Amino acid sequence: MTKPNSTGSTTRRLLTGVLLTLAAGASCASEWNVTELMRVLALTKEGRASFVEKKYIGIVDKPLVSSGELAFTAPDRLEKRTVKPTPEALLLDGDSLVIEQADKRRLTVRLQEHPEVAAFVESIRGTLAGDRLALEKVFALELSGSMEKWQLVLTPTQARMSRLISRIRIGGTQGEVKAISFEQADGDRSEMAITKVLAK
Amino acid sequence: MTWRRLALPLGLWLLALSACLAVVVQTRFVADLSAFMPKMPNQRQQLLVEQLRDGVIARLIMIGIEGGDAPERARLSIALAQKLRTHPAFVGVQNGDASTQERDRAYFFEHRYLLSPAVTPQRFSDTGMRQAIGASIDALTGNAGLLLKQLLPRDPTGETLQLLGQFTGNSQPRSLEGAWASRDGQRALLLAQTRIDGSDTEAQAHAIETIRQSFQQLEGRSAATRLLLSGTSVFSVSARATIEREVSRLATMSLVLVVSLLLLVYRSARLLALGLLPVASGALVGVAAVSLGFGHVHGLTLGFGTTLIGEAVDYSIYLFMQRAGGDNPGAFWRTIRLGVLTSIAGFAALLYSGFPGLSQLGLYSISGLVAAALVTRFVLPLLMPQNLALRDLTHIGIALDRLVAGARRLRWLIAVMLIAAGATVALHAGHIWNRQLSALSPISKAEAKLDMELRGDLGAPDMRYMASFTAPDQERALQGAEQAAAVLQELVHSQVLGGFNSPAFVLPSLALQRARQAAIPEPAQARLALQQALRELPIKPERLAGFLADLQATQARPALTRADLDGTSAALLVDSLLVKRDKDYLVLMPLRSSGVGRGGDLIDVAQVTAALNAKGLSKVTVIDILEETTAVFDSYLHEALLLSGLGCLAIIVLLLLAFRSVPRMLRVVTPLACAVLCVTAALLAAGVQLTILHLVGLLLVVAVGTNYALFFDVGAQPRGQADRCQTLTSLMVANLTTVGSFGVLGFSKVPVLSAIGTTVGPGALLALVFSAILASTPSHGNDR
Repeated sequence: MTKPNSTGSTTRRLLTGVLLTLAAGASCASEWNVTELMRVLALTKEGRASFVEKKYIGIVDKPLVSSGELAFTAPDRLEKRTVKPTPEALLLDGDSLVIEQADKRRLTVRLQEHPEVAAFVESIRGTLAGDRLALEKVFALELSGSMEKWQLVLTPTQARMSRLISRIRIGGTQGEVKAISFEQADGDRSEMAITKVLAK
Repeated sequence: MTWRRLALPLGLWLLALSACLAVVVQTRFVADLSAFMPKMPNQRQQLLVEQLRDGVIARLIMIGIEGGDAPERARLSIALAQKLRTHPAFVGVQNGDASTQERDRAYFFEHRYLLSPAVTPQRFSDTGMRQAIGASIDALTGNAGLLLKQLLPRDPTGETLQLLGQFTGNSQPRSLEGAWASRDGQRALLLAQTRIDGSDTEAQAHAIETIRQSFQQLEGRSAATRLLLSGTSVFSVSARATIEREVSRLATMSLVLVVSLLLLVYRSARLLALGLLPVASGALVGVAAVSLGFGHVHGLTLGFGTTLIGEAVDYSIYLFMQRAGGDNPGAFWRTIRLGVLTSIAGFAALLYSGFPGLSQLGLYSISGLVAAALVTRFVLPLLMPQNLALRDLTHIGIALDRLVAGARRLRWLIAVMLIAAGATVALHAGHIWNRQLSALSPISKAEAKLDMELRGDLGAPDMRYMASFTAPDQERALQGAEQAAAVLQELVHSQVLGGFNSPAFVLPSLALQRARQAAIPEPAQARLALQQALRELPIKPERLAGFLADLQATQARPALTRADLDGTSAALLVDSLLVKRDKDYLVLMPLRSSGVGRGGDLIDVAQVTAALNAKGLSKVTVIDILEETTAVFDSYLHEALLLSGLGCLAIIVLLLLAFRSVPRMLRVVTPLACAVLCVTAALLAAGVQLTILHLVGLLLVVAVGTNYALFFDVGAQPRGQADRCQTLTSLMVANLTTVGSFGVLGFSKVPVLSAIGTTVGPGALLALVFSAILASTPSHGNDR
């Protein structure tokens, strides 16, 4: 996979480091905050990654594993292509969410009409885009850890959302998201590990 | 003149009028769209069109709410739906509200083992369950997994998804703020079903008014919000209002026009009243005849009443102004009789039309003209004063006489006009006639556009392609739908079809429900099979206790009936597609095109029919309604052309019989033919595509025009200048009344009326002018 911006992002990371060092000189300690995370995340305009998702569902005794690829283009295009066990594609573009199933059946959902789905989807897209406003519309944000290993916890603020999802945890290193886990209100959860696809 | 001589004709006349009046009083006047619906030659297609017209489709009213913001529109939608649901005029109102959705969900989930097409004995064997549950677990890994897992404990074999899969491609309206909305989100949408049949225009008008008033009275409604309504019944009501308004407006206008013209000429209220007697008698007899012949009278037929004023008033004009032919009454009455006969010959052709509107018009015109002529011949001479004090129009007559004498030099002009007209018609050859039925319908373009928008937003099928059949009872109707569905499903797989709908999707036949119940194993056996099935799957049997309980509950319950659907949106589906009629049930299965490739929005009807026939389902008719109606309308146009041709032939034969002279016949016919050709060319040049009604107009030109040509022919007899001038003046007045009354019709908003008006107005004028130009000089006339 050719990644035109992989060298760019390395440069950017270096630059970020320099800027941070400079900033650290100005005021100390509490520099790693949500604003800073969002700024760093927003630097990535385009990215591709592979994912492995494990769903822990109460009624099923073992985790259900699926894997595939993710692609993100700022500000609002996200593609999730599941390869195993059943091919399926999920394309999020602006307000429309298209689910393409294995038998080529397409289902189009307008996010505006389904606020729950929208919030769910916005948690990932908003994080990847570093869009703090979008996230804070539906979640309370809580950041912990360091820049090298941070964790952002999103807690739904609206009742109809928290009936479904109790918490979303997103983990990463600098501007890179490494893991997303959804904790559902009924105790079920899903964990997604994300590995960046390196330039060939 | 003795009383005895007066008594007989007057007595007969009054008796006939009272009889007609008695009929008219009890006549049913209709103003719906029925006159535009051609009778189908094929009986099944006829039934289908009637169902589309009178069935549930005609009982649906599409409602849109515009203006304001989305939350307000949704709130108004919910409030309006609540209000209308309690009103007796409506069977149901849908707007995608949460409670209906909840009832739909409950119906499909609770009855999934009776509704799912996947339920077979094999399905609940250990292998069947292993496969189905395995597939459900695989589905959990997908993006919809978090939603599907809620179904799993009670529906591990995924029947809910199986049965919903049947509806794939049936688009639902989008939902905004908890109510249906248009695709662009700018309108809230509702769908109301009236209790009364769509053919009852009065009741539909009442229902529509109820919706309007309910909307007006909604609390807290901002003035910016508007109500939009559409649907077959809305069209019928609006068409009726338009036709009623137009008919009375036009009749008044042409009456005022004719009355003032006649007053100007007659200068006598008595003569005016007498002059209108034949018209009134003719109209009365015409309406009574149509009422007796058809059982009802269409509003449009009354609209043509104005056309009758145009021709019937001519007779009295000729009578008064030519003083019954002066010293030659025999020749005068012969001419009138021939004029009436030629008109009848022309209109008689219409009687045989399969187009209901035309045959009514034919009967109305013939009976009306005969009555008017009889009254003119036998009643008027008895009542008219001995000394007519008409305005002295001698100077006009002399001027006209000179004009006519001079006009004969203009024959070359006719030749030029004919060449130009012929060329114009030749240029438009191939697309002279408008083949669209909609060209006749009084629905405005704006109304049709709104209808299409609302229909599209509601995801209502366009009902263009339809498989349909009849069955003696509901059970056999549903079984037939299931057999047809098996064939159609294969066509969906091979992408011949995009999908289809069936009443049996939501209400399977009793036989199929029993077969599905029988497919469910006994409790002990089911438990055992489940344990076997789950041996290699990551779910413990005890977690699926709800599944086993639901299976047994399904087996024990009575079969589903239409009543179980009450309150769900599936009820409307069954009512629309499974239509109970007097003697049988009609099943409609709308087909959707695959949308794949070129011509993807079309369906190969022959292929679908062949597939159904191959499975012995030849009773199922597959039709393309658009193609069918266009074809039928086309055949009626051809029929009308043929009939008009025959009518013209009859006129020629009649003239030959009367004259026993080919040149004289030609002298009468030629100006009329020229007038018809020139009017046709003018309409085409103006960008008008001719409809069946223009053809009727041309026939009227011939009918009215023969009178002119005949009088010019009579005028060709060696007679005094005074007689000739009287004839000319009477022709001019008669022509003015005709052109006036039809000209008024030409301004109508109803396409049918304006088509006739724009054809006959100019046509009658040209027929007179051409007759004058082509009349032979008086000195060379050959009398017989």
